[in-house]
Amino acid sequence: MQIMNKQIEFNFMGKRKIAALFSLILFVTAITSLVVQGLNFGIDFTGGTMIEVAYKESAELDNIRSTLEKSGFGDAIVQNFGSVHEVLIRLPVLEAKNMAELSNEVVSSLQAVHSTPIDVRRVEFVGPQVGEELTEQGGLAMLYALIGILIYVSLRFEYRFAIGSVVALVHDVVLTLGFFSVLQLEFDLTVLAAILAVIGYSLNDTIVVFDRVRETFLRSRKTDPEEIVNRALNDTLSRTLMTSVTTLLVVISLFVFGGEVIHAFSIALLLGIVVGTYSSIYIASNAVLAMGVSKADLMPPEKPEGTEINEDGSQV
Amino acid sequence: MNHYPLWKNLLIVAVIVIGGLFALPNLFGDDPAVQVSAERNAPVDLELMAKVEDALKTASIEYKRAELTDERLMVRFSDAAKQLAAKEVISNAIKGDYIVALNLAATTPSWLAAIGAEPMNLGLDLRGGVHFLMEVDMDAAIKQALDSYASESRTLLRDEKIRYKKIEVNADTLTVAFRSDEHRDQAEAIMDREYDQLDINVVEGAASPSLALHLTEVALREIRSTALQQNIITLRNRINELGVAEPTVQQQGDNRIVVQLPGVQDTAQAKKILGATATLEFRLVDVEHDVQDALNGRTPANSKLYYHRDGRPFLLDKRVMLTGEHIINAASTLDQNGSAAVSITLDGKGARAFSNVTRDNIGNPMAVVFIESKSETREVNGEMVKVRRLLPEVINVATIRDQLSKKFQITGLDSTREARDLALLLRAGALAAPIEIVEERTVGPSLGQENIDKGFQSVMIGFAFVLVFMVVWYRVFGLVANIALAANLVLIVALLSMLQATLTLPGIAGIVLTVGMAVDANVLIFERIREELRIGNSPQASISAGYGKAFSTIADANVTTLIAAIVLFGFGTGSIKGFAVTLSLGILTSMFTAIMGTRSIVNLIYGQQTRPRLSI
Repeated sequence: MQIMNKQIEFNFMGKRKIAALFSLILFVTAITSLVVQGLNFGIDFTGGTMIEVAYKESAELDNIRSTLEKSGFGDAIVQNFGSVHEVLIRLPVLEAKNMAELSNEVVSSLQAVHSTPIDVRRVEFVGPQVGEELTEQGGLAMLYALIGILIYVSLRFEYRFAIGSVVALVHDVVLTLGFFSVLQLEFDLTVLAAILAVIGYSLNDTIVVFDRVRETFLRSRKTDPEEIVNRALNDTLSRTLMTSVTTLLVVISLFVFGGEVIHAFSIALLLGIVVGTYSSIYIASNAVLAMGVSKADLMPPEKPEGTEINEDGSQV
Repeated sequence: MNHYPLWKNLLIVAVIVIGGLFALPNLFGDDPAVQVSAERNAPVDLELMAKVEDALKTASIEYKRAELTDERLMVRFSDAAKQLAAKEVISNAIKGDYIVALNLAATTPSWLAAIGAEPMNLGLDLRGGVHFLMEVDMDAAIKQALDSYASESRTLLRDEKIRYKKIEVNADTLTVAFRSDEHRDQAEAIMDREYDQLDINVVEGAASPSLALHLTEVALREIRSTALQQNIITLRNRINELGVAEPTVQQQGDNRIVVQLPGVQDTAQAKKILGATATLEFRLVDVEHDVQDALNGRTPANSKLYYHRDGRPFLLDKRVMLTGEHIINAASTLDQNGSAAVSITLDGKGARAFSNVTRDNIGNPMAVVFIESKSETREVNGEMVKVRRLLPEVINVATIRDQLSKKFQITGLDSTREARDLALLLRAGALAAPIEIVEERTVGPSLGQENIDKGFQSVMIGFAFVLVFMVVWYRVFGLVANIALAANLVLIVALLSMLQATLTLPGIAGIVLTVGMAVDANVLIFERIREELRIGNSPQASISAGYGKAFSTIADANVTTLIAAIVLFGFGTGSIKGFAVTLSLGILTSMFTAIMGTRSIVNLIYGQQTRPRLSI
């Protein structure tokens, strides 16, 4: 099946100012929300205790709350998780309490007022010192990934492309973080992993476009950069959409069937893929154009030694 | 013409076949099993197997089969109920030196096991279990070391008849104040000679002449690593009591220990046992009275009845010769005759006390008692009360040959293994630095199963979506891509199994994501082929150009994703690492299947025709 059988000619870059404005508004909104509300960090980063229990009957949240309050856990946040049977209880780091023992105390106080056995499905306790380290490591991970990519793209292409791809990545990361901040969705380690995966994905997309931009520059007799970028974007459009769709299909399947535990993870991926696809068209290429790339910039220097040419003519 | 040389086709077939073989064990399920392993020197042999089998037959519990592998005995059952009942029966039948634990035994057929094919390990989030991260209080360990130096210095200075005003430990400094400069200088010379672990400095401008002593960098490193090792050893010993089939106790960083207990459901119990502390005592054996009398209830007033680990009773003196906190180090070694021994180093105070007692008791036996103290919560008058319970056990009895002091040996041990174990227990019983749990992740068994089911389901559904989509979009080429995708999935599973990597839920997410992205390579190639066809190239040339031109793009795109995955692996912990591993493996295998694999099939289908009609 081919939808785009003929040469397609969307004037992507003609609308680049509008796109840039649109992105800018989203970006500012995201930053504002991140500054004003911040992220709703999960216990992975803040430290604290999270207990998931399952009742045989529907769980009565009000009863659970009052039981916990009586037992001295007034700070507990109690909510359903996935179904009416499962309950998620969150506790902040409490001074003067043995945090490691906390989960046992909570469960036994709940069990004491309930006749049928309560199934403890999951306990997560993160000490404040560990949480702090994870936050630091998470930030560093993001930074190192970006630097690594910047170096690779500079080597393979040209510095303007490297900057373009990193601008697109920052755009994707900030927008995804902003989404989590605006809706105050919980931000835990799995979301961080998803964002790093999004960096990988979005970059993948950007590189494919850039590759084509470079090729078109070198092959085409035309020299207007805007026209050339447009040509490249059109040529890769059906691939961009195809790959986004297939990846989205599996992520949606993960979201729908993967269970509550990886919900936040799949939301971040879902969003990241949409934003990443958009950004490789409108942000990465846009940035490259704005920095004024030209054909001369892309003429290959002397062929480096040791470049092997494959049997099928491709180069590694 | 598009033609792959025979060796390339054979290589692809070989990789897929080998991959398939190694992925295969994952299709066979697990049997619920009871695992018996030796805690100490106890033999795991046919005799034990017969004993276990007899016990099961007497209790009329059906079992599938019992087998001996790698010093452990596995008894398989058809269901979990039988497994639980059998665990009780077996623990009762073979008391003492064995660890009886519930486990899952893979049902890999023997011909697969013979080539080394094993199923993947499942992470704690999939099979249920407890993960603890424990932190060793290094400041306390250093303080302990300085405290013992402080008490040693007192003895040393007194013995050398040097008057001092005050000795105190403050954070990481040991300060000794003197009445005169002269005393200080004398002390400095002596201490410098005696203590090679300390840096000694004169404190300028202090109220009275003083010395400041710090532990050297080397000493600090040693203390930290000893504190960590001691705790790891203690934790291992305690976990043995929990009856966990495949526990992990591992160092993480400089001051942390990861403990993973798959399948443990009672985390409260686990926490209690791990949090217990152990001490050690040396006591003289009461040789004047008969053990038999004591067993019959007539214990002499000055003695107490103890039991050896192997069950032998001993009558020991009530007075303690020495406690474990005075032990600085214990190591297994060889004595003059070349037989196994344990060499023990005591601190100054301990050495003095020990020297006095042993002088008067040459020729008498002395016992080492290992005492575990466990806190338990019990209900007393309707209230939950924490109770400390002491569990003393004699671990060694030796005859005193000489007056002993700072350094001595326990000789006459049967094997180097026994020496190693004793040294380990001595170190574990010495006052180790306190530890606390800083992270816990527990997944109940019901959630574990649910995670497996859901993970599997989402992979399968996502996979099916992509398969359908590809066939609709690219027809025959789509079908070829689908074969490659399936092969890719097989190869990921095979690699994970070969590496004996641990599959976690985020790991499954990584596989799902790879499935989505693996198609990308084929999409790139196929779109290129379509383009080439559109500009009027011949089908064969289009195929060739499509693969050729897409290659560098695919490589670039994958390398960058790989960079992100490697960073994830480097910085992530536990579950995130799992995601990074499957993602990286997936990228590598997809390069192989999506490029070489599909090309090979495409060549086979179209390669020999002069002007084929490409179904793309």
